Amino acid sequence: MTKDITLTIDGKEVSVPAGTLIPDAAKKIGIDIPVFCYHPKMEPVGMCRQCLVEIGRPAFDRTTGEAVLEEDGSPKINWGWKLETSCTNPVSEGMVVNTKSEKAVKGQNEMLEFQLLSHPLDCPVCDKGGECLLQDLTLAHGGTESRFNFDEKRHAEKKVALSDLIWLDRERCIQCGRCVRFQSEIVGEAVLGFEARGSHTQIMTTSEPGFDSAFSGNTTDICPVGALTTAQFRFGARPWEMEATASVCTECPVGCNTVLNTRRDVKTGGKVVVKRVMPRQNESVNETWICDKGRFTDFSADSRLTAPSIGWTDAIASAAQNLSAADEPIFVVDGSLPNEDLFNIKSLADEVGAKAYCYSEVGGGELTTKSGTYGKSGAGDAILVIGSDLYVDAPIFWLRAKQAVDRGATLIVATEEETRLDNFASTVVRDFAQGLEAAKEAFSKAENTVILYKGDDALAQSCADLNPTSLVGVWNDANTQGAWEMGYEAISDLDVLKGKTVYVAGKSALVASALEVAKFVVAQTAEDVQIAVSITEASGSKCVTLPSRNISESLGTFTSAERRVQLFHPAVPAEGDTLPGFVITAQVAEKMGVTLDIEAEDIFANFFDLSYADLSKTNPEEKLLIGGNCYENTQGVGVQL
Amino acid sequence: MDYMLLRHRDINNINQIDTFLKEDGFEGFKKALKMETVDVTNEVKAAGLRGRGGAGFPAGVKWSFMDNNNWPHYVVANADESEPGTFKDREIMESNPFQFLEGIAIASYAVGANAAYVYLRGEFWEVAHFLDEKIEEMEKAGFLGENIQGSEYSLKIYTHLGAGAYICGEETALLESMEGKRGQPRVRPPFPPSEGLYNKPTVVNNVETLSSVPYIIKNGAEGYRKFGTEKSPGTKIFSLSGNVNNPGNYELPLGTTFRELIFTHGGGIPDGKSIKAIMPAGASSSLIVANDEALDTAMDYESVPNVGGDLGSASVIVVDDSVSLDWLITKTMDFFHHESCGKCTPCREGSYWMKKLTERIHSGEGTEKDVELLKDVAYQIQGKTLCALGEFSTMAVVTSIERFPEDFKI
Ligand SMILES: Cc1cc2nc3c(=O)[nH]c(=O)nc-3n(C[C@H](O)[C@H](O)[C@H](O)COP(=O)(O)O)c2cc1C
Ligand code: SF4
Ligand code: SF4
Ligand code: SF4
Ligand code: FES
Repeated sequence: MTKDITLTIDGKEVSVPAGTLIPDAAKKIGIDIPVFCYHPKMEPVGMCRQCLVEIGRPAFDRTTGEAVLEEDGSPKINWGWKLETSCTNPVSEGMVVNTKSEKAVKGQNEMLEFQLLSHPLDCPVCDKGGECLLQDLTLAHGGTESRFNFDEKRHAEKKVALSDLIWLDRERCIQCGRCVRFQSEIVGEAVLGFEARGSHTQIMTTSEPGFDSAFSGNTTDICPVGALTTAQFRFGARPWEMEATASVCTECPVGCNTVLNTRRDVKTGGKVVVKRVMPRQNESVNETWICDKGRFTDFSADSRLTAPSIGWTDAIASAAQNLSAADEPIFVVDGSLPNEDLFNIKSLADEVGAKAYCYSEVGGGELTTKSGTYGKSGAGDAILVIGSDLYVDAPIFWLRAKQAVDRGATLIVATEEETRLDNFASTVVRDFAQGLEAAKEAFSKAENTVILYKGDDALAQSCADLNPTSLVGVWNDANTQGAWEMGYEAISDLDVLKGKTVYVAGKSALVASALEVAKFVVAQTAEDVQIAVSITEASGSKCVTLPSRNISESLGTFTSAERRVQLFHPAVPAEGDTLPGFVITAQVAEKMGVTLDIEAEDIFANFFDLSYADLSKTNPEEKLLIGGNCYENTQGVGVQL
Repeated sequence: MDYMLLRHRDINNINQIDTFLKEDGFEGFKKALKMETVDVTNEVKAAGLRGRGGAGFPAGVKWSFMDNNNWPHYVVANADESEPGTFKDREIMESNPFQFLEGIAIASYAVGANAAYVYLRGEFWEVAHFLDEKIEEMEKAGFLGENIQGSEYSLKIYTHLGAGAYICGEETALLESMEGKRGQPRVRPPFPPSEGLYNKPTVVNNVETLSSVPYIIKNGAEGYRKFGTEKSPGTKIFSLSGNVNNPGNYELPLGTTFRELIFTHGGGIPDGKSIKAIMPAGASSSLIVANDEALDTAMDYESVPNVGGDLGSASVIVVDDSVSLDWLITKTMDFFHHESCGKCTPCREGSYWMKKLTERIHSGEGTEKDVELLKDVAYQIQGKTLCALGEFSTMAVVTSIERFPEDFKI
């Protein structure tokens, strides 16, 4: 245990662990020291000089080592003649810091003046306007008149496409290096850099194709100004116009916490739409990051069915009738459904004595019930990644594996093809058997052991045989783990549906596959079913479609591959007459004589020994680690099963 | 006086290893190899040798700061020599290379380094080739490599070329550059003796500092202290340039007066003009008003500040009365703007601003307000930059305006 250090900032005492830097200690007692280059997740570099403060340190007698006292008995404090950058100074016992003294504020304002010399201050058309550190400081402290000749402002390119996703405005860049350091220090893909020097310094990408990284969007959050923006959100909305709703990413089984920023949009005819996806802090899951796959999730589904073609009453009746009439109806879901939908479907299947399957290409669901978090893995721990290219399948898991290696963990990668994780692994093999062998060896010396696998039942079993502390399945869908917890049986092909009456719920692709083989399909989906419908016609099989709400429209929970149950909230009004999946199932069930709950929270409580309130607990301490536009987690960090 | 550093001026062909050996070459190193390493460091401490790269930090004290719980250790010779007006290290390396290399070897032995690097500015590529040859000759003669002179000690010396940036003379930028990164200063602390090259304890010393070491070990601290002053012992090479009849390098005891350097050795000011100002440390200097008091000031680390300057690397630039300082500072600002690495805001932005202001003032388009503003901007930079370059850029500007106001009358 590191012992706490007590110091005084602006007259207030605060105790923090040794090694804490002054801006973080100040944050703890609600004092904001202005920073640009400093970010709590990266090593301080002292570049922007914005965080200048006065620092006094207790005087010690050189010969006796005793503290020197003033006449009144208080410790004598030595003040240097210079202001110091608070971000590069760890706290020390008895330190006294003035962040708002006349001298400190003068120094900070002087740095601001320098920063603004050639800055365009085009806030009115800048995506960052409203959530920009530079704008905030300028508003609070900027001079009303420039002492710098307007004609001498340096100009630079304002539209540089670093990649298809990220744009750079070189005029707005304040050379803080956060983006460069994020890529090299945190991600380990040094694809950004500075070129030229002095007042010509500018950001460039060094990779071909440009800004080649699955985490690039995060730089737009941590860029303290509007120099980096996403192609998707560029000129899309002003930050203050948008609502922020807590959600969970659906693109992979990591379960990154997100915020959906929504606004009424003229382009969509005045509908409220998701304008952008932002990370929401959860130190156990995604910290303050999300990957580009999640950030650029497409929530628009223009050709989606918004009501059953025959109306809800008839559709529900037809579904119930067909299911009741069948001698062996089958229920099939995939991992795209929330727990609440899964529970109601499973309950109905159980009531009517039917089989309930979850479609998954990855096997071993019954084995992953001991999976747990590996976000804090480090020295003494060993990780096996087998069969999965985490960079593609679950990018934030990839990032955490890489970071675990940074902290000293042993990493073994066993994949058929080369992956980007190879660079960070201590052992790389292109053969599973060898991988398992290497892991066995490494695990025998390790404290905590983690396996992330993607493969069939046999592979899962071989992994489980190594008896790791946690066994994590890298599922194709966000909530496949939830389906296993619920007791669904896994299938990886749909032959069993041949000639049957089937209740299919999930992605349109699953519906389409079911239609190819089944006799009659009750299709519950939130996706575009046009293709499914055309297949129906072609195959001549019969189908009734029950359009459900998607994640951005509903309340519910997901269980991540690490078995963390997390809550998401409705962010936009439901499209047309769509209904929540669990309500649809309950209505069908009712017609079949089975009563199911229709409130999300009640359904949740039927299965879990938990309530939504439990999932909504927060950890305000974590907030100290935010440095950028990542949202603070005020809506709940979920519960690890 | 016999030369201690510029020995080639006394002895022909001392850059040939045979000659060097005949002239007591490597005696200091041989002696050191028989001493305890800490005694070598203590001898250099006792000699009071101060760093010749600019800051004047005692070399022996620096060596004693090496973290002995973290290995390996490295020694890096700073041969970046980029300060305008400084051209002494080059002469040593070209003409008396073995003494320099011997100094590196002794320093490396003292701090337990088995690898040492000479970091040279990119333009010194010929010097680097030449040193490579000399290093090879030393290896052949058994003064580098494994088990040197039958001892347990092994050492390799490598040369490394920079890419032409003044900032890479700053020791931490130099180390970044050596590691293959952008040459930009690191935040200090940690200082190189705790975390230097590849985060390992590293001694960075100037070429001239290291070249002084063999004499100290051979003749002992007392022998060295026969030259110079109590607090600034030894001799120093003064690079004399500017408006002076005989520019060049002069090796003189520390404590020699400006007058003796400029008028006795340098032959005074050409064309019957008179001396106006002295820049004692190249472009980074304050401008000292060249009155009698200044001219009679001893050139050592303690005395120069009394007349408003710093000895720095002792590159004395003489400014005569035909020079208007509003012009001179356009030159220094052009240099510092060009060389600012851009890492920190006040220097990156401030050097640009000051360059623009000095140009405007010199072109005659400036106003009195511009002169005030220029001074203000310089003050605003002072004490707030990440490394000393930003600070340096303000020195000539501020002291010119304050001490020579008539040159800035609009
Ligand atoms: C901008 C800047 C440029 C410098 N350039 C040089 C240089 O060219 N050569 C040098 O020896 N020291 C230079 N220094 C000083 C070095 O940082 C360092 O103090 C020196 O190499 C230490 O050696 P010494 O103790 O032997 O003087 C420079 C410092 C700064 C701030
Ligand atoms: S980066 Fe910030 S200060 Fe600059 S234009 Fe954009 S909102 Fe304004
Ligand atoms: S683009 Fe943004 S994050 Fe990157 S250096 Fe410029 S201001 Fe900093
Ligand atoms: S003071 Fe100048 S040279 Fe030094 S770090 Fe700052 S920008 Fe770079
Ligand atoms: S925030 Fe401290 S120097 Fe940039």
